Amino acid sequence: SSHEHKLNFRKSKEVCLSYIQDAMLQKQWKRAAEFLTFYVESLEKDYSREQVGPSEMIWRIGTEILCHLSHSSMREFNCFIEQMKTLGIKRYLKVCLEHVFHLLCNGQIDEAYQNLSLAESWRFGEQTAIQDKEMKLIQAYRGLLDYYSWSKQKNILLEHGLDGFVDLSVEQEMHSSFRKAAVNLKEIIKIPGVWDLFVKCYVDLLEFYGDHNEAHQVLNEYAYNSRFPANPNAHVYLYQFLKRHGEPKKSLISALKILHDIVPSHELMIDFTTMLQKSKKRKKRRLGLEVIFAVLDYAGWKENVKAWSCLARQVKQIVISEKHLDWIKQEWDCRKDWWPAFHFSRYLAKRNWQENKSLSYEKALVAGILLGKDCKYFKYVSHQGCKAQVKRFRMLKKFVNRHNPVYLRIS
Amino acid sequence: RDFNERCVQCSEVNWGLTDGGRFYCRSCHNVTERTREVVNTDFIGNSRVQTIAKGSRKQEKNDGGCEWYVCEGFQLVLKKQAEALEALGVCPQMKDEILCNFWRCYLQKSKQAYCNRPAGETVKALSVCESSTDVDSEPERSSLLHLLSLSESEGDLLTDCSFASSMSKVSESTSVYSGSVDGSLYVMKNQKEKLLMTMPMTLSFCYMALLWLREPITLSELLRFVVEGHIPYLNVFQHFPEKMKLCGLDLKIFCVESWPVYEEVHNKMLELAAFLDLPRFPDITDSCFLHPDILCIKYLMEANLPDELHNWTCRVVKKIGIGEVDFLTLVPGNKSTRKVKYDILAAAVIIVVLKLLFLLDDHYEWFLSDFAEERNKINKEGSLYFEFKKWYEVVKHSLDVEQKKLDEERAKYLWRCEKPLFYSVKKKSKVLKRREMVVNLQNQFGKLSGSVRRAEKPNPSSFQLSWSEENTDGSCFHGHSLKGILQEKCGLLTAMNPDYWLCTVKLCNEKLCGHLAHYREVDFPQSYHFVLRLFSFLLRIQPSYIHDEVCMIEHKLFNKKLYKKLKYNTVLRK
Repeated sequence: SSHEHKLNFRKSKEVCLSYIQDAMLQKQWKRAAEFLTFYVESLEKDYSREQVGPSEMIWRIGTEILCHLSHSSMREFNCFIEQMKTLGIKRYLKVCLEHVFHLLCNGQIDEAYQNLSLAESWRFGEQTAIQDKEMKLIQAYRGLLDYYSWSKQKNILLEHGLDGFVDLSVEQEMHSSFRKAAVNLKEIIKIPGVWDLFVKCYVDLLEFYGDHNEAHQVLNEYAYNSRFPANPNAHVYLYQFLKRHGEPKKSLISALKILHDIVPSHELMIDFTTMLQKSKKRKKRRLGLEVIFAVLDYAGWKENVKAWSCLARQVKQIVISEKHLDWIKQEWDCRKDWWPAFHFSRYLAKRNWQENKSLSYEKALVAGILLGKDCKYFKYVSHQGCKAQVKRFRMLKKFVNRHNPVYLRIS
Repeated sequence: RDFNERCVQCSEVNWGLTDGGRFYCRSCHNVTERTREVVNTDFIGNSRVQTIAKGSRKQEKNDGGCEWYVCEGFQLVLKKQAEALEALGVCPQMKDEILCNFWRCYLQKSKQAYCNRPAGETVKALSVCESSTDVDSEPERSSLLHLLSLSESEGDLLTDCSFASSMSKVSESTSVYSGSVDGSLYVMKNQKEKLLMTMPMTLSFCYMALLWLREPITLSELLRFVVEGHIPYLNVFQHFPEKMKLCGLDLKIFCVESWPVYEEVHNKMLELAAFLDLPRFPDITDSCFLHPDILCIKYLMEANLPDELHNWTCRVVKKIGIGEVDFLTLVPGNKSTRKVKYDILAAAVIIVVLKLLFLLDDHYEWFLSDFAEERNKINKEGSLYFEFKKWYEVVKHSLDVEQKKLDEERAKYLWRCEKPLFYSVKKKSKVLKRREMVVNLQNQFGKLSGSVRRAEKPNPSSFQLSWSEENTDGSCFHGHSLKGILQEKCGLLTAMNPDYWLCTVKLCNEKLCGHLAHYREVDFPQSYHFVLRLFSFLLRIQPSYIHDEVCMIEHKLFNKKLYKKLKYNTVLRK
């Protein structure tokens, strides 16, 4: 590589930028700041044809450096950001928004609110229309902060309510915050996107003021509108809402269906499988089995007693009734190659026995049915259990022995 | 006093002279447009703007500025540069006599002054703002518009959006903007016709004067001093007096946004010397600094090579005749001889000598080095034999360190200065605000980085790498002996190395493709590349230019053998 001895303005700033980049990647913030001082004069040259101009670079790099250099204060940061706001009109609202985020992360709620209000009132010819998205976000976040105020005011009132004092001005403020928040939150969740926090807050507001229909509507939209991206949380929120309001099992089950499809390992799957198992409909019970097997495919559930007890219960029921053994076979077929090593190794048998007897009990039952009484896991655990003279293990042994032929039929 | 016309108003012949050099009638105080030819002899020495052009001259404009011509600006630049050179040790003759005479001659030849009708006159209508459209200037205006809308690869001064938006107004009024009177002329006219001044050309002037005086500064050194800030070049316009307002097209002329390029400055110098019809320059004899024998000493020292190598460089120089006065001395206008670049020539000679003695084929030099190392281990007394390997390690280390520093300097180079530039008064406030913001940001992040802003430039030094024999770590090779690689044959010392490889068998036509050869790092041994890299760093030019010179020298050196070979080949083909 030949070392260039020519240099012009553009090239030297390019090179400078690469030094800044290197320093940042190596977390040498002081060095990055040093080179940034030499880079900033590129603001005095026109780069209007470039995709990312120096003003944006300086904004982003400067922010990063100020965040990491511990001795820089919020005041310095704010001062820097105010300068950045004047640099690029096309980016004005974006800079405002990011500034607000930074303030929120540093606990400066009031300043954040002020900045949001200020930004909301900004008008600049056709730029206002162009930066419409950012404006909506700004309004949404202000709505969020209004909710936060409402929430604080509500808590104050509830506390004082116990004392018997009723503070009218706080109550009025609370309602006013509600109105402000509701307007903005409602607007933002109309746009397809992921608005978990906003939805939760909005629903909370609606529930408090008793508008359950609207809340239900909102949650339905959020979960089922195909224009919105697939979002497990949407279904969780809907489910929780329905549960809170005592909706029938049928609704609850249908709310969790899609969640099972998107996130089979979700913690609500235990509730789901439990509800399904209790159903009178065969299809639902079949689904219940499918759900619990799917849950235990995931490493996070390996040592969860509840999950194993669900599976054990369902398997036991099927075995005793001698109906629907094919269900087990279907579920087991695609798992018999790897579940033994994954769940039922001798090592795990030992460990489970040592750490959690209940876990080993449930697992042993499942292992005994699926792999037969001679499998490593069952043998070890039942032996240990019988040795320790624990009654249920003796019963377990008997049960598995009695139903051993099942294993032969499903393997 | 020779003015005998009758006054238009009162028909008297009673003339006096105003301060501005115009005739006025003492009877009725009617001021005419006629002026006296004023040639101010107090030329470069005076810091005030000198009147060298004729024509009506408004002393004061609204903004406190005055009319000024572009060449006045350049005159100031040259003056500053000459002063800086004097401070570096160049003799005062350069500034007071040589340079100013060159400059005067240039002004005369390019018809910008010292002649009857200066070229600036016809352009005035164009460059003053808000003047009415001038029919004569129409064709010029359209080409100027065209020029304004082009963007340059370097100074993108004209791509400023708001400047472009004010362009639409140009068609309405001829506010083709420049603070100087003839700025637009400079930008518009074909350069070749009259050799109009540019910033790089100021350095050509300086170098020409230095060469005339045979001062001990090479062109590469001069350009290095410019980049290091010891010679005014970048932002030199900040030294213009307040009255000389720069704006619009002046920026394109005086604002520099790239480092000066050796080839460009050198070629312009040759062009200039021919344009000025200069005679043969003073002889470069073997006692001059620029003579390869002397310059080689400097470079050998700087490259940390043994002094003994000097004998060899002198031998090569003598053998191929590049030490001859007629070869080295510049004769302007003579297109047949290849122009000598003294610094590159000396570096190339050293490289050829290294190739002669060490072969530099990535094998032989290391073999010789091992041999020397063995000998040095055994025999600790007397002078050490030169070990290529050790030298390579020491020099490479220093070179890498310096190169790294240089690379960082490139990244940290600042182009703008306190005096802001703006195209038009409209842009002024925006530019000033920007400047203020830049300064604020520099301060803010400067404090955060904890670094003290280097206020002082490092002192200018002729040597970039220095080695001291007093260092006990053995890192200085000046006193080392070449004994290990030489042998005696018929009373003459020759190299033990019997071989040589040519960089290229056939030279290209320089006039066609600009180079004598085409250097690619992968095609050559790494040792050769290292040596090229070393001198490339010292001279601040691309390795390929040194490579060209090496090729040239080799072809002179082995001329007979090559000629024989060619002849032999052609005979065979017949």
